[in-house]
Amino acid sequence: MDLNQLVKGKDGDKEFLLGNEATVRGAIEAGVSIAATYPGTPTSEIGNIFSVLAKDAGIFFEFSINEKVAMEVGASSSASGLKTLVFMKHVGLNVASDSFMSAVYTGTPGGMVVLVADEPSMFSSQNEQDTRNYARLANCPVLEPSNPQEIKDMMKYGYELSREFSIPVIIRTTTRVSHMRGVVEFEDISDEEVFENSNNNNQHLQRDSSPVHWKKGFFKKNKQQFVPVPQNAGIMHEKLIAKMIDINKVSNSSKLNTVFEFNNSGNKRKLGLIAGGSAFNYAYDVINGDNLEMDILKLGFTYPFPKNLVLDFVKDLDGIIVVEEVDPIVEKEILVILGEAGLNIPVYGKINGTFPMPYEYNCNIVRDSINKIINENGNDLDNSKELELNKDLTNLKNNLPDRLPTLCAGCSHRATYFGVRRAMDEMGIANEDLIFSSDIGCYTLGISPPYETTDYLLSMGASIGDACGFSAGTNQYIVSFIGDSTFFHGGIPQLINGVHNKHRFVVTVLDNRTTGMTGGQPHPGLPVDGMGDFAPEISIEKIAKASECEFVETINPMLLKQTVDTYKRALKHDGVAVIIAKHPCTLIKGLKRKKPMTINQDKCNNCKICIDKLACPAISVVNEKVIIDHLVCKGCAVCVQVCDERAIVGKKN
Amino acid sequence: MLNKENSYNIYICGVGGQGIIKTSVIIGEAAMNEGYEVILSEIHGMSQRGGVVSTELKLGGYKSSVIEKNNADIILAFEPIEAVRALDKANEDTKIVFNTSPIIPSTLNQFNQNYPDVKEIVSNLNENFNFVYPVEAEKLAIEAGSLLALNMVLLGATVAHEGFPISKEAIIKAMKNNLNSKFHEMNLDAIEKGYNSVID
Repeated sequence: MDLNQLVKGKDGDKEFLLGNEATVRGAIEAGVSIAATYPGTPTSEIGNIFSVLAKDAGIFFEFSINEKVAMEVGASSSASGLKTLVFMKHVGLNVASDSFMSAVYTGTPGGMVVLVADEPSMFSSQNEQDTRNYARLANCPVLEPSNPQEIKDMMKYGYELSREFSIPVIIRTTTRVSHMRGVVEFEDISDEEVFENSNNNNQHLQRDSSPVHWKKGFFKKNKQQFVPVPQNAGIMHEKLIAKMIDINKVSNSSKLNTVFEFNNSGNKRKLGLIAGGSAFNYAYDVINGDNLEMDILKLGFTYPFPKNLVLDFVKDLDGIIVVEEVDPIVEKEILVILGEAGLNIPVYGKINGTFPMPYEYNCNIVRDSINKIINENGNDLDNSKELELNKDLTNLKNNLPDRLPTLCAGCSHRATYFGVRRAMDEMGIANEDLIFSSDIGCYTLGISPPYETTDYLLSMGASIGDACGFSAGTNQYIVSFIGDSTFFHGGIPQLINGVHNKHRFVVTVLDNRTTGMTGGQPHPGLPVDGMGDFAPEISIEKIAKASECEFVETINPMLLKQTVDTYKRALKHDGVAVIIAKHPCTLIKGLKRKKPMTINQDKCNNCKICIDKLACPAISVVNEKVIIDHLVCKGCAVCVQVCDERAIVGKKN
Repeated sequence: MLNKENSYNIYICGVGGQGIIKTSVIIGEAAMNEGYEVILSEIHGMSQRGGVVSTELKLGGYKSSVIEKNNADIILAFEPIEAVRALDKANEDTKIVFNTSPIIPSTLNQFNQNYPDVKEIVSNLNENFNFVYPVEAEKLAIEAGSLLALNMVLLGATVAHEGFPISKEAIIKAMKNNLNSKFHEMNLDAIEKGYNSVID
């Protein structure tokens, strides 16, 4: 598909879109003016697309320094009358939550959608928290799409709802919805103006040196609405509660909550199933495919919980099946409804053990779980036949080599890790006497042998905060690793904390000049912004020096001797030492390709240091000989410096 | 077990960087243009650092994008051991199309593991399945002009199979809509080479 179709596409056009692409089309159709994010799987593609299309779509887009700032950008520009979109992965909302809680109090008159993608099964995340809990914590409405078409449609509806009630709206997706591709039918693009109250007040304020490509709003002052100091906040909370009661009337009659009838007219035990999001898809395919006589209530507008509508669905049932991923939230809501109504109907979900608590579902899990309920009644579902492989193939399958993600050939993190390990050896520091506190990024892959440079991990930026605690709490050496983007995101207060509170540790900023793990987005340390324009480049070295670090050195980690020497001095430093290991990520486009390396087999003594200690994917052992795959090798020459026999040399043509 | 008319499940797997997602999008778009209800599941992120990548394409009015156990009509593996790793999706009638050139995992030495013999993989698969199609995709891609055309060779080989619901013409049209026009000729050649390797 040509991405430009997301801007140019007309009413009735159909495209095969990724959920994240449908998000962008939804934003464009709704007339969004401002979009902000910090990249995180599984939402990263949304930002990547905005960074290409924002100008053509009349949208201001930024990669914010972190999710909290993105939330603030969205909230305040919405307070200025604009439709705004903030999007992030589930754990991003933890970072943004402080301002999010207040934005629900102040309201968002222009309209704001907060799209949050949860990650059941944690494909690229540190936990599987459930964003629907935040909706309850903050008092914020939630829509849950099941596929790309619904994402687009709910984006549009989300802005209607948000503007009508002046409240942020969460769109909760999961990986399987954000990364599902399906046919999406377009509608026309809104030509609606900014929120009426803030319109037409801008004429006398043309302060931009050149006209910008997006609409501007106007912030109309109102302390009672926008300043939650104690005397205002109480009133705001009361208003919010009243708002949510009104919105509950909307959710109770919403078309997003619909019943799929499956011929539930027999005179046996009457079961009904309730599901939303991705879980609905699995449940639907099982009930439809297995011809089960069981109606499904699909919930799309899930908070404020549509109590009346759900009560209507369940009141004549003999059993209620709840299919939801991550936490048993709908299940608890239903138990409350049954309690209030004095109904005694069994509820089959996670709480009573019918469905598994952790990890994402699929049709097989849902079928097996429903089987347990139907078995109570003596009926068994016809399950698909297992395929029996013969002994040889079973053996082969059970002993397949793992294929785990690894640091790329030519990745500078590998050189840094090798360097710090060698410095430890030369200083006689035992592995157990040095703690590696790591952070969120490609470099977390250092957890694997032979590097094993990840001993402790909490969250974005925490490697430095954790180092403060280890410094206060132990006498061990401490080396923390944090990426450049992650340093900006959440490492700066921690660094200042470390210096001010006189802790002692070594911080390594792995400055690979991009946000690597999520696919190469810019960050404040680069001279380019989210829309591809020039931007001031913020120096990590200057931040460290301004934070009164006495040891700040920038190195090229690929020069091993220097790397080892710098770590040795840093580990002796009494205080916070900052090493900035600066070398561009090998995946950055347009980098000059260097000549690959090769092994002089006459000199190689098969010591395998390059294999055992460096573990570069380009180097392997074939027929008892160490070889370098010239297609994989990036010519970084770190292996040349590792080889004591000088057996590794540049490949001649 | 879903027994639906027009249902066709395609499981595609291999190693990050082989063009698996692009290939899947091309098939999906072609299916859409031929009037099928189609959905595709992709996994991005961590898996792109040399890890396993898989996509699941489902035609025929499904809502869930994940193929059930033993329910793939065809498995297209870009790498031999990845074909074996995917066998939970297979039943005895599943067609197994795979590239015979291994990509050796870089962690083999760290974990003290061995890469199995490809001939052994082929003979084991043949003993268990009725439709096993090893494709020398690397060789054919280089003949077409570049190793980068590997995914189009495998796509061509997939389309050639009896029962594959989407026409070659629709696939070629979708390929042109998704790949740089500079390489259309090479990729077209690659599709044909893959196609003919099965038909001949």
